[in-house]
Amino acid sequence: MSSDVTVTITVNGRQLTRTAGGHLSLLRWLREIAGVTDPKCGCGEGICGACAVLVDGRPVSSCIVLAAQVDGGEVTTASGLCEPDGSFSPLQEAFHQHHAAQCGFCTPGMLVCATAMLAEDRRLSRPEIREALHGNLCRCTGYGPIVTAIDSVQQGSHR
Amino acid sequence: MSADEIRRSKIDELHVVGQRLARGDQAEKIAGTTRFAGDLVYPGTLRAGLVRSLVPSARIVRRDAVKALALPGVVEVLFGEDVPHNSVWVDVPGQMTEVAALKANMQVLATDRVRFQGEPVALVLAETEEVLAEACNLVEVDYEGVPGVFDPDEALEPGAPPVHDQGNLLSEWRINTGDVSSAFEVADVIVEGTYTTQFVDHAYLEPEAGLGWLDDEGVLSLRVSTQVVEHYRDVARILGLPETKVRVIAPYVGGGFGGKEDMTVEPYIALGVWRTGRPVRMEWSRQESLQARAKRHPMRLKYRTAARSDGTILGQEIEIVADSGAYAYLSGLVLLYSSVHACGPYRVDNVRLRARCAYTNNPPTSAFRGFGGVQVVLAYESQIDQLARQLDIPPAAIRKLNALVRGDVLPVGQELLTDVLLPDTIDAVYERAGPRPEASGPRKAVGRAIASNIQSYGRLVWLNDAASAWVGFESDGSLRVRCGVQDIGGGQASSLAQIASEVLGTSMDKITVHFGDSALTPRAGTTTATRQLFMSGNAVHDASVQLRNQLLEVVAAESGQPVESLRLEESHVVGAQSRLAIPEALKLCRRDNVPEEALVTFFGPKGSPVAIDLRSSRVFPDFTFGTHLCDLEVDLDTGQVEILRYIAAHDVGRAINPLSVEGQISGAVVQGLGMALLEEVLVEEGNNLTAGFFQYLLPTATDVPAIETVVLESGAGLGPFGARGIGEPPTGPPIAAVANAICDALGVRPTVLPMTPERVLACVAQGGLGDDD
Repeated sequence: MSSDVTVTITVNGRQLTRTAGGHLSLLRWLREIAGVTDPKCGCGEGICGACAVLVDGRPVSSCIVLAAQVDGGEVTTASGLCEPDGSFSPLQEAFHQHHAAQCGFCTPGMLVCATAMLAEDRRLSRPEIREALHGNLCRCTGYGPIVTAIDSVQQGSHR
Repeated sequence: MSADEIRRSKIDELHVVGQRLARGDQAEKIAGTTRFAGDLVYPGTLRAGLVRSLVPSARIVRRDAVKALALPGVVEVLFGEDVPHNSVWVDVPGQMTEVAALKANMQVLATDRVRFQGEPVALVLAETEEVLAEACNLVEVDYEGVPGVFDPDEALEPGAPPVHDQGNLLSEWRINTGDVSSAFEVADVIVEGTYTTQFVDHAYLEPEAGLGWLDDEGVLSLRVSTQVVEHYRDVARILGLPETKVRVIAPYVGGGFGGKEDMTVEPYIALGVWRTGRPVRMEWSRQESLQARAKRHPMRLKYRTAARSDGTILGQEIEIVADSGAYAYLSGLVLLYSSVHACGPYRVDNVRLRARCAYTNNPPTSAFRGFGGVQVVLAYESQIDQLARQLDIPPAAIRKLNALVRGDVLPVGQELLTDVLLPDTIDAVYERAGPRPEASGPRKAVGRAIASNIQSYGRLVWLNDAASAWVGFESDGSLRVRCGVQDIGGGQASSLAQIASEVLGTSMDKITVHFGDSALTPRAGTTTATRQLFMSGNAVHDASVQLRNQLLEVVAAESGQPVESLRLEESHVVGAQSRLAIPEALKLCRRDNVPEEALVTFFGPKGSPVAIDLRSSRVFPDFTFGTHLCDLEVDLDTGQVEILRYIAAHDVGRAINPLSVEGQISGAVVQGLGMALLEEVLVEEGNNLTAGFFQYLLPTATDVPAIETVVLESGAGLGPFGARGIGEPPTGPPIAAVANAICDALGVRPTVLPMTPERVLACVAQGGLGDDD
């Protein structure tokens, strides 16, 4: 066990300063210290993507990053993707309409990675979307509706 | 109208059922606000963890918690002796001892003997995760190795090391119907095959987790990720508490697939709460989940099939041996399912089957989506594919020739009382598929094949299944549904709202479903056996009809209109000359002593239990049929298989929400493709070598194409509005569709799962397609 460290992270627009074990992963810091539970622990080994969050806009497996490494950074989780008035972002709306969630456990990570994907300045083909999703496992949907949802948002923004 | 009349409503009479509705539960999940079992912690919550056996077969010679207890922050270390009733007994169905029904035993915490690697030996309770991890390492357990057995065939040989005192044969089923010897004598062609399946993990993304606490009235409450809230009874038995003093709540479950049908964390959290009086949280790591929770049964399936030259199947001889691992769990029932489904969706009048399940010192096996109905698909669909090839009959034609029809009798003796749209599903996949694909290069080979299946829905009839639901209006006209279903991601709760909305003319946004609470929602049984839409759907349907009739009769009496002329529409009771809002109608109900609510229990079909020699006029309520088509390409140099297209057609009876139906089919297919090509929990001499997702190859988005679904609606199912169950049925065909398509590409049939590049390359070489040839 390590000694405590003080870490400041802006989580979904809210700046939080907490003193906690220096060994804590960003995922545990978010869930246990900051009370932000939408990132999930599916494997704890950086494989499944259920813990994905955006750190300064880049998708990261928060289970294999220390919170201390992100000190001073900005973290966005799935619940931070909603519009300020609480309504869905176009991506979230597309996930809902296209039935891209079933059990919903992988969904926060999927949304985060899809957000990073859509931030790229070019349109991705469906195989490219699949390639970009290979770090996010889903056991319920078979992926098709997730790919369709992401693609539909691209179509909307490239109309 | 009576409940049965409404249940059989035609599709063009429906307004909400059949609509592609975006689900309410998904909105919460997408917003990131759903609180899963592992997301909730109360102040002062203790962390619980298990010390598990490091070895697959041993006697426990010493357990010592002194060092662990000396660590600051450790609250308790419990061994089996600390558990009030440490033995859990389960019935082994159909199997009798000399005096009574056979029961199998396992311990909550092993005291003197461990039978698989990962078996729980001690429960540790600590103030923090960090202390818990250290304390688990400080609990000392000494083992003395006992010879183990790691192969089910070897386990059944005389002199094999006994896993349990009563021997290694856990369960056996036999079918003898017709005259098998004569069928094989008169046959024009006989095909044989031996097929082998692997340990598969459910690999839901949400690991086993939960929180327990002592509630008011001294009720021990558990909020856990489970498919079965009714395990509160098992927990009560273990602790020696009255059943009313244990409550299990199932929030939205992050995937189940059968892996959360048996208890996982429940007894341990309960023990911790019972012992300390404090809230207790337990969450299994992915490694624990992969190592120690029950898997899909590896099976060896030996088939001989006799047929006439026109393709008519005359008889089948089947020998199945399954690996139960170290404990019984649901193995006896799984094997029963395998036996009843063993001949597939085909008429086979002469059948000799023997299915046995053996204890080994491997990880235990139990329920997994398809429940024994999956492994046999590889066998029966490979056999019929072999027949088609040998007799040069198209795959579609030979299946249609042998397809079961209404009135046919399954080998077990059950008459099919339903329409069988198998030929329609076969036509549907070919029509959708169009022409065969071309190979993308000279060292590539393409294959196309189909696989059909039959899969029961609803529980075995002698289990006397029942589901209850409560439906009631509030004074503002909004509607509450209470039903103890566990929602494991298939839209179980949402479908109930859709059914109530249809019957009661209340819009979906005015309906709230309370679900998954063994104390506060009417008992609805397990979310297993593809039974929730069938059973709880009917319960909500019938309760809604009763409530509807209560309201209409009151309004009819008040307004002097015949009750038949009234209907519920847009939250109003509507008649030829009247339109009364629900809140007003409710006031009339109160005045006339008529309840604003209805509680109904729906009972499933009945039947008698089976014996080892299976013969029964009814085993299951009903069945779902389907056909899948797979186009794939094999790389002849690497053995890599790429699925080009995959089409799945099922008769679902009635799609309550087509989005959910398509989602179930597409997800089940990808799970099946994982079993076909990628997934295996590797176990060597009882040592589980699969320590994490980095070693367990789940299909990613790049491994599979978009799954195309064709949903047929016969309206002939036993569920509400003629629905059949669809949660499990699409899981079986992929393993066979892929095997048959590889055979189509290479001319050599893979028979061992998963069909890894190495195994496919062996087929390439055997077919003379290797680069040396």
